[in-house]
Amino acid sequence: MAATLRRIILLSILGLFIAFLYGPTLTILVLSFQGPDGGLTFPMNGFSFHWFRRLFETQAVGDFGGSITRSFALATMVMTTTVVVSLAAGMAFRRCFKGSGALFTLSVASLIIPSILVSLGVGLLFNELGFDPDWYSSAFGAQLTWTLPFGLLIMFAVFNRFNRAWEEAARDQGATSWQSFWHVVLPIIAPSVIGIALFGFTLSYDEFARTLLTAGSDNTLPLEIFGMTTSVTTPVLYALGTLTTVFSFAIILFTLVIVRVLAAKRA
Amino acid sequence: MVATTQSEASPIAPATTAERPAKSGLTMPRHLLIFLQAAPLALVLLLFLLLPMLVIVVVSFFDYDSVQIIPSFQFTNYIDVLGSAVTWRTYLNTLRYTVIVWAVTAVLGFTIAYVLAFEIKSRTAQMVLFLVCTVPFLTSNIIRMISWIPFLGREGLLNSTLIQLGLIHRPLEFLLFSDFAVVLAYTHLYALFMVTPIFNTMMRIDRRLLEAALDGGAGWWRTVFEVILPLSKSGLAIGSIFVVTMVMGDFITVRLMSGGQSASVGLMIANQISLLQYPAACANAVVLLAIVLMMIAAILRIVDIRKEL
Repeated sequence: MAATLRRIILLSILGLFIAFLYGPTLTILVLSFQGPDGGLTFPMNGFSFHWFRRLFETQAVGDFGGSITRSFALATMVMTTTVVVSLAAGMAFRRCFKGSGALFTLSVASLIIPSILVSLGVGLLFNELGFDPDWYSSAFGAQLTWTLPFGLLIMFAVFNRFNRAWEEAARDQGATSWQSFWHVVLPIIAPSVIGIALFGFTLSYDEFARTLLTAGSDNTLPLEIFGMTTSVTTPVLYALGTLTTVFSFAIILFTLVIVRVLAAKRA
Repeated sequence: MVATTQSEASPIAPATTAERPAKSGLTMPRHLLIFLQAAPLALVLLLFLLLPMLVIVVVSFFDYDSVQIIPSFQFTNYIDVLGSAVTWRTYLNTLRYTVIVWAVTAVLGFTIAYVLAFEIKSRTAQMVLFLVCTVPFLTSNIIRMISWIPFLGREGLLNSTLIQLGLIHRPLEFLLFSDFAVVLAYTHLYALFMVTPIFNTMMRIDRRLLEAALDGGAGWWRTVFEVILPLSKSGLAIGSIFVVTMVMGDFITVRLMSGGQSASVGLMIANQISLLQYPAACANAVVLLAIVLMMIAAILRIVDIRKEL
């Protein structure tokens, strides 16, 4: 049957695509357990945790501990701000207001303008104003120009499908608008809000270009990793890659579990 | 927190909805509430997007020497950018990457989105597979690029497999640190930005249209090209905007994957910055931004994406 054959081909394309997405990451996962004499490519020269141990020795990598701490703190700040600001703006956009068109255009522009330009512009602005760029000030702001529009677009998608009857019912029962937001709207949109939090965290945690010229003297983790790509030629690079990837997966899994629990509670 | 007066806004949110008297507690005029809700976003975008872009435009007219930027108003930087053959070649090379990557991701993205939307029948399987495709995009781009090294290198997996199979006798040199590697990495990094919007649009296509097409005697290819493709255009346009802007502005992928053998506009800007030639970098940035905006305007002219928003 032609139709069956076509289906098999199409499903194999999807399978190959998934292999294409995960294959390379899996190879560095395996190679990060190289023996002490192992190199950057196969074959495996023994099996050890040697390169993971090296990761925590200060001379092997620049400032691994400091950069991961900064990245984690920055990602948490970006996540919290993205959730609160895009949720509030999403609520505002449910009604027409003066300047809503301009604000929307600016948000879309924020997604379209190449990251390196934001990085350059924010860096120059801080220089011109005489402020020292730092990961918690200029890099924080530069990353928000990337995460906020994403959060806002997710809010748009949510509120387009949102049934206002619930809110009206709550208000008819005498709820103030704050009560109806807190007890009715927020629980309904909670899974999407958690999605925004996940986006905010991971986009910040992995952001490179927007941080490059705005992080000041202290590196975030992606900057540290980038520095290593030019100087480090041992599997310690893979060990670091494995570690951050496992960390990202843990965050994603944690988020999915929360969404599932919320969905189960509502059902 | 303060209680507020809100009207029962109709779904289309007219600006003139009548105010309703407050029920209890402190009240805040509605427009003040909306102002407070929208102000943080506006403030961040003004401070960290609009103002920095203005600074770039201003500095692009400045003069500079090897140690400092000198405030001035001159067109030298633009003349340098537009008058240099190297710059033109770099811009053309960046455009070439963009066109190739756009074509590859568009075909790939459309195919994957089609399989997810129409070939996978179970709703749960659909969501799980979509999630499986999404997860890698939430991990580090740099690590995902590095992970191609053991795959494509001279002694990498691909070369050793091909040699073992007897298909080649010497390792293929073009796999890593080449245009091939750059395009492969871009596809790996940005394919999802194509898949997601197309998948979203496809999920909204009324399935009865497909049945009607099949009943009317259209074969599978005709249904895909004459029914599904036109109805997925807006998703394709949104994906194209993402891919085009990201490839046009990229510098790290070209730097890592071409091994310093290829150039891109982003890389040129980054190099000028590292040489502290800020005004030159800014002039380049303005030109790049103008080109990117023109490309987006062209996409929007061909496809109306408003119904997607």
